[in-house]
Amino acid sequence: MDYIGEHLLPGKLGHFVVFLCFAASLVSLIAFYKAATAKNIEEERSWKRFARVAFAIDFISVVSVFATILYIISNHLFEYNFAWEHSSKALDMQYLFACIWESQEGSFLLWTFWNCVLGTILIFRAGKWEAPVMTVLTFVQVCLSTMILGLFLFGAKIGINPFLLMRQQFGDGPMFSRPDYLSMPQMQDGQGLNSLLQNYWMVIHPPVLFLGFASTVVPFAYAIAGLWKKQYGAWTKIALPWTLFSACVLGTGVMMGGAWAYESLTFGGYWAWDPVENASLVPWLVLVAGLHTQLVYNATGHSLRATNFFLIFSFLLILYATFLTRSGVLNGVSVHAFVDEGLNAQLVVFLLTFVIPSLILFAIRYKNIPHIVKEESTYSREFWMFIGSLVLFLSALFISVSTSLPVINKIGNTKWTIGEDTSFAYNRIEIFIAIIIGLLTAITQYLKYKDTTRKYFVKKILIPTIFALAISISISVFGNINYDKYGAGFLTAIHLALFGAVYAVIANAGYIWAGLRGKVKAAGASVAHVGFGLMLVGILLSSSKQKILSINTTGINLPFDPSSKQNPLENLTLLKNVKTDMGTYWTTYVNSDSMNKAGNITYFKINFQRKDGSHEFNLYPNLIKTTKGQQGVSQNPDKYHYVNSDIFTYVTYTDKMEEDKDTTGFKRYPIAANDTIYYSKGYMVVNKITPNPSNNKFHFTPADTALMADITVYGNDSTHYKASPAFFVKNNRLNALADTVFEQNLALSLNGVASNNKLELGVKESNRLVPYVSLKVIEFPQINILWIGTLIMITGFIMSIVRRIKMRLSVV
Amino acid sequence: MKRINIILLVFIAVAIGVLVSFMGNLSTYETIASAKQKEGKSVTIVAKLDNTIPIEYDPLKNPNYVSFHVVDTLGNKAKVVYHYEKPYDMDKTERIVLKGKMQNGVFDITQKDGILITCPSKYKDDPYIIKKNLSQNQ
Repeated sequence: MDYIGEHLLPGKLGHFVVFLCFAASLVSLIAFYKAATAKNIEEERSWKRFARVAFAIDFISVVSVFATILYIISNHLFEYNFAWEHSSKALDMQYLFACIWESQEGSFLLWTFWNCVLGTILIFRAGKWEAPVMTVLTFVQVCLSTMILGLFLFGAKIGINPFLLMRQQFGDGPMFSRPDYLSMPQMQDGQGLNSLLQNYWMVIHPPVLFLGFASTVVPFAYAIAGLWKKQYGAWTKIALPWTLFSACVLGTGVMMGGAWAYESLTFGGYWAWDPVENASLVPWLVLVAGLHTQLVYNATGHSLRATNFFLIFSFLLILYATFLTRSGVLNGVSVHAFVDEGLNAQLVVFLLTFVIPSLILFAIRYKNIPHIVKEESTYSREFWMFIGSLVLFLSALFISVSTSLPVINKIGNTKWTIGEDTSFAYNRIEIFIAIIIGLLTAITQYLKYKDTTRKYFVKKILIPTIFALAISISISVFGNINYDKYGAGFLTAIHLALFGAVYAVIANAGYIWAGLRGKVKAAGASVAHVGFGLMLVGILLSSSKQKILSINTTGINLPFDPSSKQNPLENLTLLKNVKTDMGTYWTTYVNSDSMNKAGNITYFKINFQRKDGSHEFNLYPNLIKTTKGQQGVSQNPDKYHYVNSDIFTYVTYTDKMEEDKDTTGFKRYPIAANDTIYYSKGYMVVNKITPNPSNNKFHFTPADTALMADITVYGNDSTHYKASPAFFVKNNRLNALADTVFEQNLALSLNGVASNNKLELGVKESNRLVPYVSLKVIEFPQINILWIGTLIMITGFIMSIVRRIKMRLSVV
Repeated sequence: MKRINIILLVFIAVAIGVLVSFMGNLSTYETIASAKQKEGKSVTIVAKLDNTIPIEYDPLKNPNYVSFHVVDTLGNKAKVVYHYEKPYDMDKTERIVLKGKMQNGVFDITQKDGILITCPSKYKDDPYIIKKNLSQNQ
């Protein structure tokens, strides 16, 4: 059948470059392998030249795949499944790339792209290591490019083709039997991008995170190449900038994810120990462990085995994270994971393809990896760095096991799951890790490699210790940290961890002067450690002092929930225009409004007034209506930044969400003074009509044109209420000022003049008349310390990378 | 014995200790029937919303009280009380994961994380839903 209006060329071209991408990476893998195993220099050189060309073709085809997808999305070619599923006409241009990250195949493509960039740098810079390292990297590249192949081989699905047409994807749909299916209404626009992802963090966070993911392959490839070529320790110095780079970018990516979660999700914070978050934190912890042992080996010759182990493992854990988040295995435990798209078998094969050979290689070579028999001194830096790395690894191991429970259940046919209090299950272990890591970060820099005299160490560390003690004790005493939810033991641990964190900051900042005598260029590690310590301080303070402000303190409504005395009452309902008590604030729900161009976002203006009258601000938490899939609305929080804390709020429920259900309109009645009107629960009498009323509600003057109806409402339950709807005319426009009788669920509106000298009164009865929002308001104290700490840590990493690259250049 | 071995032993001991304590605090997946037998014990249930009985939530009276009924794959039913706001789109969900305790025949959830709604289309569209949408719009 010939279909009308389809644009098939981009898809054909796209599919061709997808295959080219696979073929070119396969060719470059074989050629790099040949070069790495070549017998003589001539042979190696010619294979290398060939491999580079193939790799360049691979790079070009990956870029072409990207460009073709962008072309399809930006031209709204909805005959393509990718455009239909992930984009829409209304989408802002800035989110074009976010559309690509939203899909599984798109994020694999992003990974592939970074792999090409890294490979290109290695080709130029890796020197004699190029062939073996690139063999490993191109092998990864081959595996990644199968993820977008979209082939069916022997009944197994290999990859997802991003250029599938709608009629190929949903071939059995009845509409596709028509040649003009593209003219049908449901083909006119795409499903759009998930509104949660329409956030600037979502444009930059995935590329950074995937660069982090991709870059772990470089230290891995060096380690494997070293084991393979039996040049065990020869690569650790030249690969150090790569390990630093990877740790820097992956750490940044993880924290950006936290910032996005804080900005646009509503689990109330930047970290929730969600399996998807954990999956990218674990490789980072192991990588940082490997970074430290790599430094130890470079300086002392110790810990080479550990370095190999950690660097290999961190890449394997990236692959494992890929499996976890994309296979659908986490669906019962995470809200963020992708659903199963039939790639499970392929993902497992991808994982095992790397796990089995690399662990076997490590095991075979283990005995031959050089190590020093003599033990490290207890007063040496390398000893405590090694201990620190082990602690990081242990922490990673713990998080992995608990994140992997769904996998363990599948394999062992068990039924384990984390209990109802997810965060505490992690926090009660991680708090001790924080204590140890904080202390180690503080003291280790003051120890020298090999050995340190006790006198030197004590002399140097004494002053920072005293300062850190003084500061952390005063924070503990005056900081109002009384997080007693989990008892005194946990609170003590928090105070200890706080000391550790403060100690890490002070000691490392002090070391820049005391140890390095202000040589800032060499201070990368100290700066990164200061940043890390500040992050810990920020995390500890913002979580332990985090306070729910929207607690119902009035005591009203409690009988409705018999057990509410023991339960946290985290939401507070605000009626429109009713000032409500919220701890230190008076809060008022002022109004709601849709301001964006698509009209799918409703902003709620909430006014916060400090009770002492010192400060006032408005917050605009909003609801985004989504067209995508089944989801109806998503909440988008808003926050007010004080220097020392954030006031964070989001709408948990509102009458707006039930608006569609309330279809009762206004009934119109012509009225004059002394008329009676009946409604379902009683009647109302119009007492009189007042022109230009001036009372405590309206302030009109004789110069205005205004009318007010004075009405008394008599309910069947023998209650009566006053109501005074009014209207005024200004600039030739009539403005109605409706009045409501909340008790009777009644809205009255004076709509203007009817015939026979009468006025028109609109009467609306509703179950849900009172506009309200239920809010959750959380105070995050000192969260800025966390963000500042993150920035400082990144700065420290960059300083170290720059310095190590310079050192490497001077060595070569 | 070398110090490195002692350290490794200590680490292994700590790791085992952590693991044991962690496993001890884990909850298990239960059916409604087996949860009823383990009254007062923290368990996890995977169930579907029972649409025959309406969800009770009135934020004007109390925004921190939702009550609804669920039915599991074996057809057993239970009333659930959740002491937080009503999760969005709860009515449309396919599957709910509940973590809490059975108390007097009512499944009581006192932690915010105690409800996980698996909305198939949250981050990625379910092809079946898309198919449904495609044919509905015709």
